Amino acid sequence: MDQTAFIINTLLPALWGGLVVTLGLIAFTAPFGVLIGAGVAVGRVYGSRPVQYLARAYVTFFKGTPLLLLLFILYFGLPSIGISLSPFVASVLGFIFCNSAYDSEYIRGSIRSIKEGQFTAGLALGMARTQVIRYVILPQALRRSIPGLVNEFVYLIKYSSLAYMVTVVELTGAGKMIATRYFTYNETFLVVGLVYLFLVTITTIGAHLLERRVAIPG
Amino acid sequence: MDLAALLIDWLPFLATGVLLTLGLVIAALGVGFIIGLPAAIGQVYGSRQVRAVINIYVWFFRGLPLLVLLFLFYFGIFPLLGLGGVSPFLVGAFVLGLHGGAYQAEIFRGALLSIGEGQMTAARSLGMSRTQAIRHVILPQALLIALPGWSNEYPTVLTDTSVCYAIGVTELLTRASVIVSTEYIAMPIYLVCAGIYLVLNYVGIKGLHMLEKRVSVPGFESGSD
Amino acid sequence: MTTDDTILRVEGLAKSFGTTEVLKEVSFTVRKGETKVFIGPSGTGKSTLLRCINQLIVPDAGRVYLHGEEVTHAGARINHYRAKIGMVFQNFNLFDHLTAIRNVEIALLKVKGMKEDEAREKALFELRRVGMEDRADHYPAQLSGGQAQRVSIARALAMDPDVMLFDEPTSALDPELTGEVLEVIRGLARAGMTMLIVTHEMRFALSIADELLFMEHGTILERGAPGDLATSPTFERTRQFTGRFADL
Ligand SMILES: Nc1ncnc2c1ncn2[C@@H]1O[C@H](COP(=O)(O)OP(=O)(O)OP(=O)(O)O)[C@@H](O)[C@H]1O
Ligand SMILES: [Mg+2]
Repeated sequence: MDQTAFIINTLLPALWGGLVVTLGLIAFTAPFGVLIGAGVAVGRVYGSRPVQYLARAYVTFFKGTPLLLLLFILYFGLPSIGISLSPFVASVLGFIFCNSAYDSEYIRGSIRSIKEGQFTAGLALGMARTQVIRYVILPQALRRSIPGLVNEFVYLIKYSSLAYMVTVVELTGAGKMIATRYFTYNETFLVVGLVYLFLVTITTIGAHLLERRVAIPG
Repeated sequence: MDLAALLIDWLPFLATGVLLTLGLVIAALGVGFIIGLPAAIGQVYGSRQVRAVINIYVWFFRGLPLLVLLFLFYFGIFPLLGLGGVSPFLVGAFVLGLHGGAYQAEIFRGALLSIGEGQMTAARSLGMSRTQAIRHVILPQALLIALPGWSNEYPTVLTDTSVCYAIGVTELLTRASVIVSTEYIAMPIYLVCAGIYLVLNYVGIKGLHMLEKRVSVPGFESGSD
Repeated sequence: MTTDDTILRVEGLAKSFGTTEVLKEVSFTVRKGETKVFIGPSGTGKSTLLRCINQLIVPDAGRVYLHGEEVTHAGARINHYRAKIGMVFQNFNLFDHLTAIRNVEIALLKVKGMKEDEAREKALFELRRVGMEDRADHYPAQLSGGQAQRVSIARALAMDPDVMLFDEPTSALDPELTGEVLEVIRGLARAGMTMLIVTHEMRFALSIADELLFMEHGTILERGAPGDLATSPTFERTRQFTGRFADL
């Protein structure tokens, strides 16, 4: 079979469907990853003892457990205790746990780097502790975390491929099926790889632009 | 209890999985180091062509999902080169090494770039050649600076090894899955498996921190908590 | 002008960075045991001049001779000449991963090819000379600025250089630490070391210089015995610059 024809007529259309699923996985994961990550970070820095302890355990567990194992637990394990999730939902859940654990580490670091005076100044204005965190600390911390969060977003793009291992036919899965059917492993996985490279590269470039946009003088 | 007996039965099987997982970790960190350090030196001190080649390598191996790299090499490139008979473990170790090398290159590059220009100038003023200056003055400092970041690769690499499941390496996760499908109990086995990863993670990090302490030099403290 | 005891000859050195001419046709000769001190306002090319002498900066034109051998265009032999030209930097530039004594040893081992114990003995000797033997096993991060600078002088001296170049050796030091470093340099002058020194320490310059050279805009505007240059300079600019120190 002619290679170019194969890529254009067979491979790319099949990958398109997979790409949409991949983008869906990322889109459902990323916002919750940051949100929960911020919550966990705040818990670790400002929470009561038990909350701090829990938040830390959360991070340790989800950073230390391989993501693939996490997906197995959610997809193959949970049904044994009566909870059945669709492959897509199981994947998104797994990604959120993992992503938020990593995100929280960056956000925690940023919170720690904010000067004590910011908190004191907020309290002095009569804000409640939660208000200070919400309106003074977090906006600064999140801004400072952008490079790290972008980093994790890039990881998310790549690790979304693991959803295929729990039967989600995303980009990698779509490629695998074509490759197996037509026995075109090299062409297929190179093209699949280039699509990921493209996603990763535009994310990185976009992030640089974003960083400049939200940069605060000083 | 049942589970305990069952685990004891499977213990040798799981233990072998742990060894293979650790083998993958060591291969990934070792091969990654052997590739990553020279790559970083080339990126910082190499000619324009050398830099271009290394940049492409780093871009490629950092930009592709590990799963896709494993599929590409295991099903595609190795057979294409007539190496279809190579074991999944070796392919996994090789790919993890190339993948890790790209990440380590970035770590070492950052360390090399963080060394003040004065160090090279002083070395050259004493009559050292450029190569001698890199070898005796720049590199030792870069390694000290890079060590904390390099240690941070360990947990990532450890969890990454599980992706080798996809090409049939019989490492820890694969073996846990075998037990799950043989014994029809999922949750407890998976949790035990997670526990093993967490222990490996903890022990490895402790070991690396001890190493960091042993080689620490005043002025290069890592400041890790 | 070239006599038998000429150690260093600099002829018409010129250097531009982009469109700025930093050095314009600088020439002088240095006799054995002589101390030349360069003074002048910031940015007039003093550091560039010193770095052109040992080719850390490659000059656009001009030549440098050490014992009559050309250092410029030396190709790979440049390392051989650099080993004979000691250099001391404003920021010390001690190798941060090595103890004081290892700092002194490293070039002896790697450039001169000395044996370990020979190098150790030599390094200890040089550290003693600058009064730092009791800090031999300290890392740069554990030394005060003055101590670090003394070690860096020992490091350069250990190579048995024919000439030493000092680029503002005390500018990065707290005032109370400059004394110990200047004292070491004075000792070297008494011992007959050949030296080129760039400094802003006027009192020190006047007391140590055999010849004082006032640099401005990449040229040596005026030169002479320190007393003459300080009390009766030819040029108004020199007077303005040294005038600040007239009361010294
Ligand atoms: N690598 C370089 N690239 C571009 N310009 C340079 C470079 N090095 C020096 N210059 C410029 O050359 C001029 C002379 O610098 P130089 O460091 O030789 O002056 P200096 O007399 O030693 O001054 P100072 O007393 O401040 O040390 C300055 O204007 C400086 O900005
Ligand atoms: Mg200067």
